[in-house]
Amino acid sequence: MIVTFYGLIDLVCVLGIVSGIKLMNSPKTARTGNLLGAACMLIAIITTMINNEIISLKILWISMILGAFLGCLLAVYVTMTQMPQMVALLNGFGGAASAIVAFVVLTGSIAAISGIARFTGAIALVIGSVTFGGSLVAVAKLDGRITPLPIILRGHFILTLLTLITTVILIPLVAITSSNTATIPSVLSILISLIFGILFAIRVGGADMPIAISLLNSLSGIAAATVGLATSNLLVVAVGAIVGSAGIVLTQIMCRAMNNSILDVLTGKTTLSTAAQMALSSVGQDSSPQTSRSTPTAENMSAALDEATAIISAAKKIIIVPGYGMALAQAQVQVKQLLAILEAKGKQVKFAIHPVAGRMPGHMNVLLAEVEVPYDKLYPMEAINPEFKEADVALVVGANDVVNPAARTAEGTPIYGMPVLNVDEADYIIICNKDTCPGYAGVNNPLYLPRKNTIVILGDATETLRTLLEKL
Amino acid sequence: MNDWLSPVLFIVAATAGYRLISDVPSLLHTPLMSGMNALSGVTVSGALLATAFAINSSSEIVGATAIVLASINVVGGFLVTDRMLKMFK
Repeated sequence: MIVTFYGLIDLVCVLGIVSGIKLMNSPKTARTGNLLGAACMLIAIITTMINNEIISLKILWISMILGAFLGCLLAVYVTMTQMPQMVALLNGFGGAASAIVAFVVLTGSIAAISGIARFTGAIALVIGSVTFGGSLVAVAKLDGRITPLPIILRGHFILTLLTLITTVILIPLVAITSSNTATIPSVLSILISLIFGILFAIRVGGADMPIAISLLNSLSGIAAATVGLATSNLLVVAVGAIVGSAGIVLTQIMCRAMNNSILDVLTGKTTLSTAAQMALSSVGQDSSPQTSRSTPTAENMSAALDEATAIISAAKKIIIVPGYGMALAQAQVQVKQLLAILEAKGKQVKFAIHPVAGRMPGHMNVLLAEVEVPYDKLYPMEAINPEFKEADVALVVGANDVVNPAARTAEGTPIYGMPVLNVDEADYIIICNKDTCPGYAGVNNPLYLPRKNTIVILGDATETLRTLLEKL
Repeated sequence: MNDWLSPVLFIVAATAGYRLISDVPSLLHTPLMSGMNALSGVTVSGALLATAFAINSSSEIVGATAIVLASINVVGGFLVTDRMLKMFK
């Protein structure tokens, strides 16, 4: 009877968490949803402790309080620009925690398990470790501690395949050993899985990070769910499964937005090899964008700024397109000031947000929300694309691949078929980018070619916008 | 009973989660992800049990690190999500 009572509480908690996620479908109710989820989680944890009569154990409280304290520090001090790293780090912690729980359950707990449970435990060990290894690499890349470019080792594919096969073989081996002898195969399994995670993550490049993070997010949930399966903990199974499928939804959305399959990302097919790039630029592209404009001098940049000022002053409808460059240059503040000035002059201003602009799903929205750009001015790609035709100006701030019209025509390149923002349909295009180098995908952007209605202002987006603000 | 209940629950929860998450607008995808980080910390429940019933002190210490990591996720995840959602007024 008592079991069903606690089971009932667990059920209520799961339903609460589910309703919390449902509330996340509108920005008005999302905060309540998050609080509801947190409250249910707290109740579930306390209930678990009471149910198993472990609530008085000091070590549990000390560990939880330490973790809570560190979590608070992270949550308070992280900046919105660092959010991708933060999420990647938490993906890693979730994976690591699940792997460790699986390890303890497999090797040394009275709550020892047998049969199928050991098997799921061995799977949790692998998935958790892969998540941890992959996430650490993602954090290092996003934080600029290692190069964001894909790192490809000699024989990378073979190595990855070998580690993958070894981890799969180790799963049943760990499962059939008894808890006394499971330590060595378990540790081995953790190590190889970590290496696999690292190998797959280091070859993912910067702009593919939204996909990689979403995938790791999913894996951290699946790791938790398998821990739940191994320990017959229904609450953990349910919540872990929800997180797992949330990550899968986001991964799918990101893949669709980049016209990639997840396999392409993991095997590194999303950037042009140097050879292919050479071939592409030699095929009748004698006016390659890099050479078409001389290096920016103060003179022609100031002329471009004057021109841009005149065009913006005359415009009625302006669509601003932010990209990762805005985040890098921390130009959100200037973008917001620009919005204020333009609106004060009675112009209509909207923001066009490409799903993969930035380094994680929704990155641009958070950055702009932080500087208090009202969220009803932020439009997703499908909603805003038909409007570029009527726009007088498309103002691109630090975006490249997501506005590259070559995605429609350049067959055989990684971005071919990728849905892009139709900035080229606006009457004028003003581009505030750092340089005219191809974006992450390595495909030249024809927008940089000299055209009557396109103004390219090179340099730091913050500086550019600041000057623009003064002139307006 | 749990032998068949848990896999069924896994599938039901995954399906329900899939449908729910598909309705979340792209505007909120970042807070959604950090919220999911917090939820993946649910593994803390397993960590608590594994640590409490560890057979020796080394297992206990290993288990305690799992509690620390999972608690960072739960608390850090929910707090940072709240911080972000506050901005979408």
